[in-house]
Amino acid sequence: MRLGNWLALFVAVVLAAEIARLVRQRALRRERWRRFFNHRTTSWGLGILAFLIIIAIAAPLVAPYPPGDPLGIVDLKNHAPSWTFLLGTDVLSRDVWSRLAWGARVSLGIGALGALVAVSLGTLVGASAGYYRRWVDALLMRGVDVGLALPRIFILLMAVALWDGLPFAALVLAIGLTSWFGTSRLVRAEVLSLRERDFVVAARALGAETGRIIFRHVLPNAAAPIIVSAALGVGNVLLLEASLSFLGIGVAPPNPSWGNMIADGASTIYTAPWTILFPGLAISLVVMSLNAVADGLRDTLDPREEAA
Amino acid sequence: MIAWLVRRLVASLAIIFAVVTFVFILIHVAPGKPCAEIDIDADPAVCAALTKQFGLDKPLHVQYWRYLVELAHGNFGYSFSLHRPVRDALAETIPFTLQLAGAALVLDFLLGLGLGIYQAVRVNRLPDVILGNATLFLYSLPTFWLALILMLVFAEKLAWFPVSGPNDPIICPIVDSLYCVADRVWHLVLPALTLGLVGAAGTARFQRAAMLEVANEDYVRTARAKGVPERRVVLCHQLRNALLSFITRFGLAFPFLLTGAVLIERIFAWPGMGRLAFEGILTRDYPLVTATALIASTVVVFGNLLADILMGVADPRLRVRASADVEIVPA
Repeated sequence: MRLGNWLALFVAVVLAAEIARLVRQRALRRERWRRFFNHRTTSWGLGILAFLIIIAIAAPLVAPYPPGDPLGIVDLKNHAPSWTFLLGTDVLSRDVWSRLAWGARVSLGIGALGALVAVSLGTLVGASAGYYRRWVDALLMRGVDVGLALPRIFILLMAVALWDGLPFAALVLAIGLTSWFGTSRLVRAEVLSLRERDFVVAARALGAETGRIIFRHVLPNAAAPIIVSAALGVGNVLLLEASLSFLGIGVAPPNPSWGNMIADGASTIYTAPWTILFPGLAISLVVMSLNAVADGLRDTLDPREEAA
Repeated sequence: MIAWLVRRLVASLAIIFAVVTFVFILIHVAPGKPCAEIDIDADPAVCAALTKQFGLDKPLHVQYWRYLVELAHGNFGYSFSLHRPVRDALAETIPFTLQLAGAALVLDFLLGLGLGIYQAVRVNRLPDVILGNATLFLYSLPTFWLALILMLVFAEKLAWFPVSGPNDPIICPIVDSLYCVADRVWHLVLPALTLGLVGAAGTARFQRAAMLEVANEDYVRTARAKGVPERRVVLCHQLRNALLSFITRFGLAFPFLLTGAVLIERIFAWPGMGRLAFEGILTRDYPLVTATALIASTVVVFGNLLADILMGVADPRLRVRASADVEIVPA
């Protein structure tokens, strides 16, 4: 770690804390959003997420070494954490902290994009099924039943393992395409009740097009569960990607992802436990923060639980 | 009720059939031939003979029809990579997965329910806050990472438990004495603990929320008002009603256990079905993969069906609706 990296890291921490504080300040001004910060963990979750996103964006600044560079295969292999190598080095003498920072881009990117694909698809299917009902509903929901019964990990293993050298985008797509079933059920239930509400009936009576009704009137009112499931979805996709990478078929090795960092370190856990400790903590930190933020969002956006 | 059950059974079988079809097509259209995976330098002539022997040169729909006919006779086909019938391989590995998943499930539910109830009783006080954060942390962990950490601490550093494998290969190659049963349980602790702890954290969070949801119901307030002892209020009034949503959770536990099994069995060298499936996929062992997918989806579908039936048993309101021929929509 050089002085510049420490400086960048310090700025990242301050910036994250400041973002969390600003969001909190703005939220507390609004009656409805005050509940968002009911749990103390929500502020922490927001701050940690902000910090990791900043680290991912500023990876070249906070990481002292390129993520794939062996620093000295003879004497710097499995180096314990120190001031020079903040989180130690791995079996190929690569700096764990640098890989963690660069891996944040890959892991958070896959999490966000995979969840985006899953939630968009789930919303689209759920809204169509709930709005059109009849055979559209029957057809789509039977499909969802099958999707939920698919052993997802097998399907992904097959998709990723059998088509060798799958590009990054295909991995995201494969994860997204197998993760939307739950969301679609959720959205369908919501749309089924919304479509009978007066404002939707009124819009229909005024002759609004179906697409317009769904996107302008129905879906905005179903936003709460969709947003919450998106927040949880990012965490799930992140865990899934980590599992796949751990099995050696996710993100291809020279690129660091938190999952394949654990996979690389698994063979040396007894001599160099730090190689798996930190990426694992990073994953759980993100998922934990997302869960905390989702809890807060649920409290804010779902007025039904006001009593609790 | 009977009509509902029959309809659900037929629907379940249809879902499993669809899953098998999907997996069958997916693995057959995937690039790569099983022959090349078994032996890289295989003689092309041998390869062609094998392909012919297993009928892999036939068009896909012919192979599919053949597979279905075999399946209808209770035959899962012949594994290319293991050189033995898939049924034998499954019969050997399924007991291991059952032991692992069973132990994990017991830990998951007992610990999860206990913690959830305890937290709900002490809501927003120190024990609840501490346990709430602890369960949130556990719930957010990648299971395979927890497995490695537990292995590092309890197997390597403290040496309380064995590192991997289902039993001691020298003293107990087969389980034939009480000592060997104990040996199996000893080997089971770490893998089951990994899956069980992560599951229990989820169950605890779920159960706490379910308990709090009914805590404000009128019947709970009435029970308190008429002087029912607190213990009885919690266990008989709150818990009985909170258990309804727990049943839904029960149905959801199976996919989690199956997914976990693939990773955990690999890490702990546990010779179960998850590991078998993973190796089958890597060697493009079509019959093996399709059979494991069939079993996995059967477990998930019937787990859900069982949860719905239990729901009907536990909640008379649903029974009435079911007999009135209305579809049960899980909450």
